[in-house]
Amino acid sequence: MFRLRVNQSLATVDCDGQTPLLYVLRNDLALNGPKFGCGLGQCGACTVLIDAKPVRSCVMPVASVGDGSIVTLDGLSKAGVPDPLQRAFIEAQAAQCGYCTNGMIMTAKALLERNKVPTEGEIKRALSGNLCRCGSHNRIVKAVQLAAKAR
Amino acid sequence: MNRGRRGFLERSGVIVATFALGLPTVGAQTSAAARPVSFAKNGRLDGWIAVNDQGAVTVFTGKVELGQGILTALAQIAAEEMDVGLDQIAMMSGNTVRGPDEGYTFGSQSVEQSGSALRAASAFARATLVAAAAKRLNVDPTAVTVENGVVTAPDGRRLAYGEIVRDDRKLLDRDVSHLTAAKPPQAYRIVGKSVPRIDLPDKVMARGIYLQDMRMPGMVFGRVVRPPSAGAELQSIDEAVAGSLPGVLAVVRLSSFLGVVAEREEQAITAAEALRRAARWKSVGSGLPDDARLPEELERFAREDIVVKEAGRAPERDEVARWVEATYSRPYLSHASIGPSCAVAKVEPGQVTVWSHTQGPFPLRGDLATALGLPVDYVQVIHVQAAGCYGHNGADDAALDAALLAMAVPGRPVKLQWSRQDEFVWSPAGPAMLMRAKAGLSAEGKVVDWDYALWSNSHALRPGQAGGLNLLGAWYLGKGHHLSPPAKIPQPFGNGDRNAVPLYDFPRQRIVNHLLTEMPLRTSSLRTLGSHGNVFAIECFMDELALAAGSDPVAFRLAHLPDPRGRAVLQTAADAAGWSGSYRSNGRRGRGVAYTRYKNISTYVAVIVEIEVDRVSGKIQVTRAVTAADAGLVINPDGLISQCEGGIVQGLSWALKEQLRFDRQTITSTDWTSYPIMTFDEVPPIDVRLLNRPNDPSLGAGEATVGPASAALANALANATGKRLRHLPLTPDRVKALLG
Repeated sequence: MFRLRVNQSLATVDCDGQTPLLYVLRNDLALNGPKFGCGLGQCGACTVLIDAKPVRSCVMPVASVGDGSIVTLDGLSKAGVPDPLQRAFIEAQAAQCGYCTNGMIMTAKALLERNKVPTEGEIKRALSGNLCRCGSHNRIVKAVQLAAKAR
Repeated sequence: MNRGRRGFLERSGVIVATFALGLPTVGAQTSAAARPVSFAKNGRLDGWIAVNDQGAVTVFTGKVELGQGILTALAQIAAEEMDVGLDQIAMMSGNTVRGPDEGYTFGSQSVEQSGSALRAASAFARATLVAAAAKRLNVDPTAVTVENGVVTAPDGRRLAYGEIVRDDRKLLDRDVSHLTAAKPPQAYRIVGKSVPRIDLPDKVMARGIYLQDMRMPGMVFGRVVRPPSAGAELQSIDEAVAGSLPGVLAVVRLSSFLGVVAEREEQAITAAEALRRAARWKSVGSGLPDDARLPEELERFAREDIVVKEAGRAPERDEVARWVEATYSRPYLSHASIGPSCAVAKVEPGQVTVWSHTQGPFPLRGDLATALGLPVDYVQVIHVQAAGCYGHNGADDAALDAALLAMAVPGRPVKLQWSRQDEFVWSPAGPAMLMRAKAGLSAEGKVVDWDYALWSNSHALRPGQAGGLNLLGAWYLGKGHHLSPPAKIPQPFGNGDRNAVPLYDFPRQRIVNHLLTEMPLRTSSLRTLGSHGNVFAIECFMDELALAAGSDPVAFRLAHLPDPRGRAVLQTAADAAGWSGSYRSNGRRGRGVAYTRYKNISTYVAVIVEIEVDRVSGKIQVTRAVTAADAGLVINPDGLISQCEGGIVQGLSWALKEQLRFDRQTITSTDWTSYPIMTFDEVPPIDVRLLNRPNDPSLGAGEATVGPASAALANALANATGKRLRHLPLTPDRVKALLG
């Protein structure tokens, strides 16, 4: 049994401790944000925040989470009000298939927490470990800039 | 047909005809003569459009959302013709239960096919609703106005679509043979405007619209164990090694098809690993070619030679001042979807339902039924969105995997997602291609002879094709199922020879497609089919010819390009990029151009790429890309811009980095380290210029920029360094070797 703090509520899951956090979030807690992309920590589609830091949930065993506070894309909006990043991704139309969007937004969220006005280069560097196959890169960078301005 | 029904149709026909007379001239998109191709299989109006009592409009399409924004564009077309708001429309797509059947979502044809069908169906639905309203209001149907689905009579009385259908719920249950004129483009209010994608809010807010997000009561998880090499036979397996593991519900062995179903996803993965370790396989066949000997190896494969085009007379000896020859190639490429293929399947008495991100729910349904040994009407396929596929990836194969496993646990939905490794190794590859070109230049610097040949496996081996059963799992069932023979697809669509016929005015041409019939690596459709390789080769060769003729690459193309729309995109891109004769490359900095008209009949596009080369590391940094595109009537300009940008990034990524590697046994590109793609710091600023032509039919644009982006990049490298790489990808190692 593991007790997790996810999106500001407590959850209990019964599974093997080596189970990747991703499967617990998706299958036990029915969260949609983090996506399975590679299972290797290489693409970023599964990114969640643990104590405000971006973490690849596909390679994080659930037993290692401890009492860290997990935030997923599902929990980013507050009382139905989208996060500035979510609004900006829509405004910039910064996705085609949108499968990588979770990782882009969550990684950008962590960036904006520590750097309120990142430069274009800083945004690209922060997102350099997140893969997009549709080629929405420039729109994603623009969306992060829009969100930074909105804050 | 009973009398009452016929009478109803006759009445409606008269009303519609009367209404049609009052409309402006038929627009370029629709006319009675140009009956939408998709109507052939789907002839009922309510198969396309439904209106409920509240006035909500549901639009049905056989084309599916792959991330290209098609549902938004189609919703715009329907909203425009029905005079309803975009927010009044719900899109339903890719469902074999309900239809319509529009085959595959491929070849950049969705706006052309489903778009024209929905334009005609929506105009007819509006006319039908207006006619019924006018009758009730006792006014002339030509006198009413319609806005947001509300019909208003000249005296101000109003009747909403919802109220109209409340009186006659069968109003739209009629044949689409009596077409009504669609709006003229000048009247458009929604089409031609950049509207936000209708699917993005759900994606950005994590509202669970992906197939991967499907959760059903009692759902369990499946995994399939693939052999160590393609075609290997399962010799022995101790099923008990997995059967005793926690959560395992079923170990499925059907001849050489091996899989497992478990309560939890990680349990299925653990059990599959145990099975993999315990399985003994016998390899079959002669293995894979030596990937170090590609592309020449392709010339040794068994093949069929097809003369694609032969025109003009061979030039006299003195007409040719100079001959130029070159050989180009591209390697095997992976679709490399960010999300590995996924499916959910459920078996119930008399029915198998499969939720899939297939590009062709109806063709998949047929092949699934055959593989499962069931009548077609026992199987239903419902499309649900997943990660972008960029062609025929593992989506269909995963659908069969899930269905085969679901047969072992009737009543329980089985969800299955491939591993990253399986996606790279087992989804079909985009074929490697070899292109040889030879041209004769006149003393005036004009091409007077053009000889071109390509070697490639088939780019088209999808489910539903004749002569085989194109689903991976089926070949391991021991039932003799096998892949279809390679398809000979006539021009202008083509297979490996898509865009092999040059768009330039060359008096003598000979184009040959060496369609390889021996296929050691499984191949099928990757974005653009052969167009990418052919545009790469032709457009690189045009630069080599321009150089030989002492001509500027843009001027040289214009001198051979009669099509005014082609000339316009080239000129627009050149102007936007500031292309001028005074540009000086300096060994480090360079620029390149490429042009095509996709499939020779679709979108016109020119791409210009500027680069900087690090001569020490060999790394190419693309500093800027500019493109001009003419896709006829543009439905959603921002959507089109997004597609052009995405195509350029993918074309640059393929050309810079991508090559599916393999040893003699299997594919060795198994993750993002062994198959790298372009990343944020490598993507250049991209400037897209659209040439809107509202009076010309819309042309599919999802693939047009990919080939030119690769070619323009290679041309930029040659321009920068004075030396040319003709074999993709243009990796740092190859660039370093080139520069010595």
